[in-house]
Amino acid sequence: MTTIDTNPNAAQRTQAEMSAEMAEQTAAYERAGVEETQPRLDYAPYRSSLLRHPTKDLHHADPESIELWSPCFGERDVHPLESDLTIQHGGEPIGERMVVTGRVVDGDGRPVRRQLVEIWQANAGGRYVHKRDQHPAPLDPSFTGVGRCLTDDDGTYRFTTIKPGPYPWKNHRNAWRPAHIHFSLFGTDFTQRLVTQMYFPGDPLFALDPIYQSIRDAKARDRLVATYDHDVTTHEWATGYRWDIVLSGSHPTPLEEDH
Amino acid sequence: MLPPTPAQTVGPFFGYALPFPQDDELVPPGRADAIRLHGDVLDGSGAGVPDALLELWQAAPDGTVPQEPGSLRRDGWTFTGWGRASTDDAGHYSFTTLRPGATEPGAAPFFLVTVFARGLMNRLFTRAYLPDDADALAADRLLATVAADRRDTLIAAAEPTGYRFDVRLQGEDETVFLAYPGE
Ligand SMILES: [Fe+2]
Repeated sequence: MTTIDTNPNAAQRTQAEMSAEMAEQTAAYERAGVEETQPRLDYAPYRSSLLRHPTKDLHHADPESIELWSPCFGERDVHPLESDLTIQHGGEPIGERMVVTGRVVDGDGRPVRRQLVEIWQANAGGRYVHKRDQHPAPLDPSFTGVGRCLTDDDGTYRFTTIKPGPYPWKNHRNAWRPAHIHFSLFGTDFTQRLVTQMYFPGDPLFALDPIYQSIRDAKARDRLVATYDHDVTTHEWATGYRWDIVLSGSHPTPLEEDH
Repeated sequence: MLPPTPAQTVGPFFGYALPFPQDDELVPPGRADAIRLHGDVLDGSGAGVPDALLELWQAAPDGTVPQEPGSLRRDGWTFTGWGRASTDDAGHYSFTTLRPGATEPGAAPFFLVTVFARGLMNRLFTRAYLPDDADALAADRLLATVAADRRDTLIAAAEPTGYRFDVRLQGEDETVFLAYPGE
């Protein structure tokens, strides 16, 4: 077993040291030549993962009974206004108003219908409404940053919000997260459960961020980046971004629909 | 197959977003047949993980799979089979729920537990089997494929009020976590 460095002074590592560690990971990935589509659970540049990743291989299981189903959500659970994060308080939140929309589909491209999508995010200044967020950026009394919706019959979700700001964190010295929105998704079976983060195109912090880089495959990382879409942008109101989500996991009858 | 969207950690700041009122009370605690499923989430040094989130998904006592909405707005009567619990400052979680039934005659009943945490890049799945029916456990297909010295990490311990199930993310007695085909 490798030695785990939990020294609190690890936070004093420089960005250059962290970037060198990430470059080693990239080189190791290229040498191995085996495609990865998910982040590594064991990714040392993300310091919080050191004591929290399993060291034994995940155990193969064939899904059965409840694993082939997802919990059911409906109009009783989610009010339509919960998808608009800009109207939850008296005033207009500060920041760039935007619409984020896309489709949730399974690996065969089938829409995930009537399922719950949850999001949470920092405000325009990079601050969360959370007691543990100590970033000295202003809270916005008109913005909480929490939204929910159900996908429609085509698997489409849609939120109105403001663009979140980047924010500092304590992984290493001068560590900053690229701007992102946290997403939580359910599939048609529970093994498709996904929690992830959506990013914005061209963020200069991508190369510096151990959480984003924990996905060692560049094509896979790209799948977390939304696309600016002028057809989603609305006249004199909000900019628009599109981000489609593909859920993995097993599917009960893949052979019947083989084509 | 389309390539899947990758996961990312739930991070440290989900605590004001994902929890909801009575998220960990699948049934009201006062109900006569209510049981407790609880335990610690522990890291590789044995310390409690104070910023983990667990999801519970289970069959009803009669073995059927609940397909009723209403988890996010509990009415006190509908059993949806799904809930969420945040760990406390010591890494402890607790659900109030019902005993899951066997989904087929003779099958070993289990809770499906999903673990999210800051520092964990992707969710982890595990099963918490009820310890009560030794024959059903001995015949279980999944348990049969798990090394004998790790099988116990998948079996909850009986208590007068329900069951205890600890989740060890790392180390000697690390919990067996599951990967399903297609991932
Ligand atoms: Fe975040």
